[in-house]
Amino acid sequence: MAAKFNLTNMVLVLGLTCLFCSAVLGGAYVLTKEPIDAAAAEKTNKAIAQVLPHFTDVEYNEYGHYYMAKDGENLVGYAIETTTVGFGGPLSLIVGVTPDGVVYNTSVLSHAETPGLGAKCTTDAKFMDQWRGFDPSIKKLSVKKDGGDVDAITASTITSRAYTLAVENALKVFAEINEGGCCNE
Amino acid sequence: MSKFKLITDGLVKNNPTFVLLLGMCPTLATTTSAINGLSMGLATLFVLVLSNMAISAIAPVVPDKVHIPVYIVVIATFVTLLQLLMQAYTPAVYETLGLFIPLIVVNCIVLGRAEAFANKHGIGESALDGIGVGLGFTCSLTVLGLVREILGSGSAFGYSFIGGNDGMLAFVMAPGAFLCLGYLMVLFNKFVKKS
Repeated sequence: MAAKFNLTNMVLVLGLTCLFCSAVLGGAYVLTKEPIDAAAAEKTNKAIAQVLPHFTDVEYNEYGHYYMAKDGENLVGYAIETTTVGFGGPLSLIVGVTPDGVVYNTSVLSHAETPGLGAKCTTDAKFMDQWRGFDPSIKKLSVKKDGGDVDAITASTITSRAYTLAVENALKVFAEINEGGCCNE
Repeated sequence: MSKFKLITDGLVKNNPTFVLLLGMCPTLATTTSAINGLSMGLATLFVLVLSNMAISAIAPVVPDKVHIPVYIVVIATFVTLLQLLMQAYTPAVYETLGLFIPLIVVNCIVLGRAEAFANKHGIGESALDGIGVGLGFTCSLTVLGLVREILGSGSAFGYSFIGGNDGMLAFVMAPGAFLCLGYLMVLFNKFVKKS
């Protein structure tokens, strides 16, 4: 089955295999780069459209990790990316905030929560709907267990806390944007 | 060995999950639903067939001492290829399985078939063996995923048949994975393998 070995053919075979495989992967990377970027961009656009009212233009601020959405000349709101630590790992959200400081909607970009428990933060209608039009000036932004107004997902307090913290962070970014102090070069 | 037998062997006699007990990590981790199990199975099938073919082609010139690194490089190449393709064309599936796709490299089924079969047989036979074992893995994962989904979430292939979304949660999580796998293994060895 296998050939006799000596230093020359070991180096040769291993070297050639690696060379050939890297070449194949390099080619595949170049070929798939465009569709991968397109898929990622489409996903982000979908997420922004989900968390903000109708808009026509969107502009990314890479210093503050947020998108500024405009409908013609009018500012529609900001879609702010934030990441906190959930139960199973990083929990990334995109939070839409309208210019009056009210949360329009939220959406999960990526998470590593337990299926059937924390992962319900992407499917549990009751949990997700409470973020629509969440006004932090009226409601207290923390889960009920901690004395706030956020209904936690059953048996997933840690995920709910992380989610709430992410929204809080997004609102902080929004406040900084409003003061003009954030994220300019 | 007939071609047909090569495939059925992989499905029954050498079933990677229920008989050989290989690749337990992706088996237990990705079978939270039937669709996830099916996708993971098909991804492994893809890598298995191609790596079996490539390895059976290069085996005669690979020196014994470096055969494991060479095989791993070949397998890793196919896995990365698969990862790029999935990211590009099936981003939704990639999202659920993302973490487990790179781990196919160290799935013992793939290296196991390379060592036990592909490096001693021709390209055609190795391809059939890859298909057989890959299908065996796919079927096992789909069945396991289906059972866990029915018990754990009250749905099958994503279609819910009980109101609400409250199944027996334990079956979606790790303990349920072990329980289901154990019982399925017993049933498989009692009824399917015997006949």
